[in-house]
Amino acid sequence: MGMSLAFHIVFAALGIGLPVLMATSEGLYLRTGRPVFLELSKRWSHGAAILFAVGAVSGTVLAFELGLLWPGFMEKAGAIIGMPFSLEGFAFFTEAIFLGLYLAGWNRLPPFVHWLCGVLVAVSGALSGIFVVSANSWMNSPAGFKIVGGKVTDIDPIAAMLNPAASHEVLHMILAAYVATSFAVAAIHAFFVLRDRANVFHRNALGIALALGCISAPLQMISGDFSARSVAKLQPVKLAAMEAVYYTQTGAPLQIGGIPDNASRTTRYALTIPRGLSLLSTHDPNGRVIGLEQFPRSDWPNVRLVHWAFDLMVGSGTALFMLSIAVGWFAWKQRGVPDGKSLLRALVAAGPLGFLAIEAGWFVTELGRQPWIIYGVMRTKEAVTPMNKIAIPFLIFTLLYIFLSVVVFYLLRRQFMKTGAPVSELLTNNV
Amino acid sequence: MFELIVAGFTFVALIFYAVTGGADFGGGMWDLLATGPRADARRNAIDKAIAPIWEADHVWLILVIVILFTGFPRAFAAMMTALNIPFTLMLIGIVLRGSAFTFRKYDVKSQEVHRRWSTLFGAASFFTPFIQGVALGALSTGQIRVVEGRLASGFFAGWLTPFALVCGLFALALFAFLSATYLTADPSTESDVKNDFRLRALWSGSALAPIAFVVFITSKQGAPAMYHGLTQWWAPLLIGMTLCFAIAALISLWLRRFALARIAAMAEVTLILGGWNLSQYPNLITPDITIFNAAAPAITLRLLTYALFAGAVVLFPSLFFLFRIFKGKESE
Repeated sequence: MGMSLAFHIVFAALGIGLPVLMATSEGLYLRTGRPVFLELSKRWSHGAAILFAVGAVSGTVLAFELGLLWPGFMEKAGAIIGMPFSLEGFAFFTEAIFLGLYLAGWNRLPPFVHWLCGVLVAVSGALSGIFVVSANSWMNSPAGFKIVGGKVTDIDPIAAMLNPAASHEVLHMILAAYVATSFAVAAIHAFFVLRDRANVFHRNALGIALALGCISAPLQMISGDFSARSVAKLQPVKLAAMEAVYYTQTGAPLQIGGIPDNASRTTRYALTIPRGLSLLSTHDPNGRVIGLEQFPRSDWPNVRLVHWAFDLMVGSGTALFMLSIAVGWFAWKQRGVPDGKSLLRALVAAGPLGFLAIEAGWFVTELGRQPWIIYGVMRTKEAVTPMNKIAIPFLIFTLLYIFLSVVVFYLLRRQFMKTGAPVSELLTNNV
Repeated sequence: MFELIVAGFTFVALIFYAVTGGADFGGGMWDLLATGPRADARRNAIDKAIAPIWEADHVWLILVIVILFTGFPRAFAAMMTALNIPFTLMLIGIVLRGSAFTFRKYDVKSQEVHRRWSTLFGAASFFTPFIQGVALGALSTGQIRVVEGRLASGFFAGWLTPFALVCGLFALALFAFLSATYLTADPSTESDVKNDFRLRALWSGSALAPIAFVVFITSKQGAPAMYHGLTQWWAPLLIGMTLCFAIAALISLWLRRFALARIAAMAEVTLILGGWNLSQYPNLITPDITIFNAAAPAITLRLLTYALFAGAVVLFPSLFFLFRIFKGKESE
């Protein structure tokens, strides 16, 4: 399941982000009438098509896997948290319908209607993301039910969907999808601009991708702060693990990296910033931060992995934030798409960072919740299928997903690479 | 009350999946079977017909699953445990079918590569609906037992019986027939190719009758509850109507009234699934899990019903638009 999710989250994030780029580009074409934008939105729509198809099948796998691997969880949770999944089903449906119209409707729909279809793909993509993440956030902050004598009662699916963790998780994930997609796409086009500096196609592509990236990356920093403070309130044990804090303290230092050691309850070799953690998580340099000691040992997640994954996420996110500031600065100075050699190189290098941050962040939220599958309610091992040879399907799906990823990667590369025929005609339009 | 509405909606979604997604699988089968001078033309026709809609069609299945686990979580948990193996196999089929179809479209380097993806697409289009038929059949066998909330029958019960396997074959023939019929009526199909599909629809449609008969015969041993249902007073009426539509579909194909044949074929499939459903009402997994004892609490069902109606309000106009654009009369 984890394996499938780790793949799906990449397809899904691209599926949320890429339609935004595609619709933006077509919108620019409708306004300016320049063919380069049309070509660009077509090219991106091919990418969206490949990813959507793979996202659709890998999403199906997940829907089934919920039951194939976690029947115990679904039996209890289905009635409480199935709602957002059902709504997601509809959002996904709308996305599929309008993507179908978009991809095959270039000559059949009036331009404005066609563009509207693209916008609807982007909107319903974001909506699917919102619903799915709100279901996930419920596992972190279960709400909307009571347990009386081992039985679930007083179910309130709306309260479950609008659980306390939903707002921050949803915001953080949707923004993450935009940041990761735009910087990954920007990296590809930056690479080609480096090779062929006069290439109008890639320069425009870079411009659109960076515009989205530079809006979403700073917003993501704010949403990250909001998330951390919500987690401090809702799941203090998770925050303690993320920051590798063993003892409750005021004026807690921020520890970056290092090796958390459960036995001695210390974190060695970490880069520490005095009072940093208190400042970040309570907005007060002398604020009180709860440590792992407050919780029974059996409720701790894997501190080392959670802490490292968290630092990886924050590190990648911060790097992208700095990069977006630099891009904004140069764009303002040059009054156009920045094309400094070292900036382009940095963009190429930063391409995978967004997805690295997504994977790491997902790791933090899932591993940080362990040993619970529903925080404070159900342990992971109570929910797993009684099927004993679970390793076999797991292996099969892992191989299948690796196969898919390799092919997707290869095909996407080809989609972006071929700038064959239309280039000469594109070159007649200057940036 | 609400459990019946939700069950009804699940069932409607399942029918839509069979009528649309099922036909897409059928397209894959004809793609693999295409030989002779017009093989490539037929493949093209299939490709054109499926490409814009197959993802939307596929989402019906996802919808069935999410409604099932929200509205009937106990049934979902039991199905996924008991049929873990066939469902896993089906998922492999779904992944390979969908991705091979997409990849062959964008991986246009050489004929060789294209053909390899096509073979995979076609093979998975056979395999997946077969397993789906087997799994649905298994639910009716009465061999999957849930005692005191726990699965008592292991991971091999039901789906390896002759009845379930025949159901798999039936699903294959049904989808092949649906697909060929649609292709005769698709506005983008050329007339030579239309004739090819007309013949294929005629003989796959005729093949349905003996297979359906075998399903019925094996159900006496293999799915006694269903057999019992199918021998009730109302059954001849239902079977008669199904038969009427089947014959109507074949006659319209014969007379080249393709649009009419398409409607009759859809009605035929709807009635077949309706008969399957009605004959074992209110069971979801015969005999232990029913619509009533697996239902989620009332509030969930009520909210889910509202969500389903709200979703339908968005969904149906969008779907209508999609199909009008690609399957309506050619405007240009």
